[in-house]
Amino acid sequence: MTEPTLRVENLHTHFFTRQGVVKAVEDVSFSVAPGKILGLVGESGSGKSVTGYSIMGLVDPPGRRVAGRILLGGDDLCAMTSEQMRSVRGRRIAMIFQDPMMTLNPVLRIDTQMIEAIRAHTSVSRVVARERARDALAQVGISAPEERLLAYPHQFSGGMRQRVAIAIALLNKPELIIADEPTTALDVTIQAQILFEMQTLARDSGTALIWITHDLSVIAGLADEICVMYAGRIVEQGTVDAVLDAPLHPYTHGLIDSVPSRGRRGEPLRQIPGMAPSLLDPAQGCAFRERCSRADSACIDQPALSIPIAGRQLRCFHPMPSAAIA
Amino acid sequence: MPAFVIRRLLQSVLVLGVMSLLVFAGVYAIGNPVDILIDPQAGQADIARAISALGLDRPLVEQYLIFLRQALAGDLGNSFVYNVPAIQLILERMPATLELALAATTLAVLLGIPLGLWAGLAPDSWQGKLIMSGSILGFSLPTFWVGLLLIMLFAVELGWLPASGRGPTTEFLGVQVSFLSWDGMRHLILPAINLALFKLSLIIRLTRAGTREALLQDYVKFARAKGLSNARVVGVHVLKNIMIPVVTVIGLEFGSVIAFAIVTESIFGWPGMGKLIIDSINVLDRPVIVAYLLVIVFLVILINLAVDIVYSLLDPRVRIGEAQA
Repeated sequence: MTEPTLRVENLHTHFFTRQGVVKAVEDVSFSVAPGKILGLVGESGSGKSVTGYSIMGLVDPPGRRVAGRILLGGDDLCAMTSEQMRSVRGRRIAMIFQDPMMTLNPVLRIDTQMIEAIRAHTSVSRVVARERARDALAQVGISAPEERLLAYPHQFSGGMRQRVAIAIALLNKPELIIADEPTTALDVTIQAQILFEMQTLARDSGTALIWITHDLSVIAGLADEICVMYAGRIVEQGTVDAVLDAPLHPYTHGLIDSVPSRGRRGEPLRQIPGMAPSLLDPAQGCAFRERCSRADSACIDQPALSIPIAGRQLRCFHPMPSAAIA
Repeated sequence: MPAFVIRRLLQSVLVLGVMSLLVFAGVYAIGNPVDILIDPQAGQADIARAISALGLDRPLVEQYLIFLRQALAGDLGNSFVYNVPAIQLILERMPATLELALAATTLAVLLGIPLGLWAGLAPDSWQGKLIMSGSILGFSLPTFWVGLLLIMLFAVELGWLPASGRGPTTEFLGVQVSFLSWDGMRHLILPAINLALFKLSLIIRLTRAGTREALLQDYVKFARAKGLSNARVVGVHVLKNIMIPVVTVIGLEFGSVIAFAIVTESIFGWPGMGKLIIDSINVLDRPVIVAYLLVIVFLVILINLAVDIVYSLLDPRVRIGEAQA
């Protein structure tokens, strides 16, 4: 087994607000191997984006990482100084954001924004940096990259801007790319192209990829492994095929069941009853308890991570009945 | 771009026309300048002669038309008081006012942007809070009162700086300026600070608000994710974005600094246009009042034009040529 690119161990990230402590990420552990794609799935507010920002060291105050280790090729990111962390960002880990309309600075030309990303990490001349920027644009399928370098972000469509953002992420050939719902704001045809390109890229360059999304259909075709997050914790983990075919956690089951399908035409769409809980003052025990049809008095306690089957992890007292378990 | 500039200048002619009509009628409504100008002991015949010499015996419409015809030929009339061309009086005083306004604006920008950035980057630090409370004072204290306090403290108590006047001037690019000699500079400091205070507070608050907003934007987070240094994120990504509103306001305010320098000029005895207009209003010297307001309106129009051009340079989404297409 190869050494993982990134290993997150017992990560806790809390926000110290005036109303109290919000435990956005609680005891999260996972790892990604080179060239593999990990899907981080959950509803809004489940802590998946904060997990991404925690790895980048970009959690905005009043939030901060309070415990855990984040090992990138053996280096603990949590122990780094801010200057060491700056040199890791953009060079060893890159991040792509959700809304391509917002991620590029509207008043700076594309070449400025690409060249600065190179020169922040390597001392090369502007000419060399510019050539690398041009090649990166060509790599993500932007035609006439030489002219496009001189353009401003508003002269690009959303899909093109996201390609530029991906090109920027690729500039320094990072070991890990964290993609925070990068295709959510794009239409499906562009989404499919970008997914395909990212998948090829991870496979060919050995870059590990963390794909944060709420969209199970994206994950199904893209990721190798999946972590399902709920209220700041990972509730289920396993390979994509195993988890999506035979979900063990009632929440995962509910998520999969909520995806509209052609086979159920005419029926009302299914949903998980209730709302995601507030993380400010969470009820004791399993956070999904109040929305769960299988919950009983045992769920008053927080379930520990268990390994019901090899390669799977689960945080539930009453897993869904599944052929695989019996 | 040239078409845009020409169109704007043509619009300004229209504004100037309307402006002159309003001022002309307004001053006429206030009262008769002859009552103030002429010696109370003068006889009826003298008064009549003075009135007809100034052309004040004709109907207002006729007076206005005469003014308009002369104005189109570049003559805005002679001052009733000094009996020299009004425009000449104003142009003589203009460099002093412009110098004061420029000094005040420069001061406000050079201090306001860094202080605003500081307060925006560290809003919870005591320095940030101090800057913000200070700016509230700068906003709310009346200019004339602060001016008097400055004179009391620096001129009367400490005796460091002169209380009034412009001091010696030096010729610079064909204009008389104060700031090139040490003594002139000393005369400039207090009025410039006085006039700058309000703008300074405005720029601080604007810069702070812009910084706070920009820091929450994804492009700042993305810039940090690229591994850029804090200096580059703030100095390039944040600053370039907040300069757009700041430049707009600085431009608009520069016009009002020139126009409202009146208070500061009166307090510090600064021989600029503001002091001239106050004196002229007191004696209803209509040609000077009209000429002054026309000059101010024209300056403000020019400044706004310059702001629009700078704005389009700063914000690539605004391109003047394309907008008209």
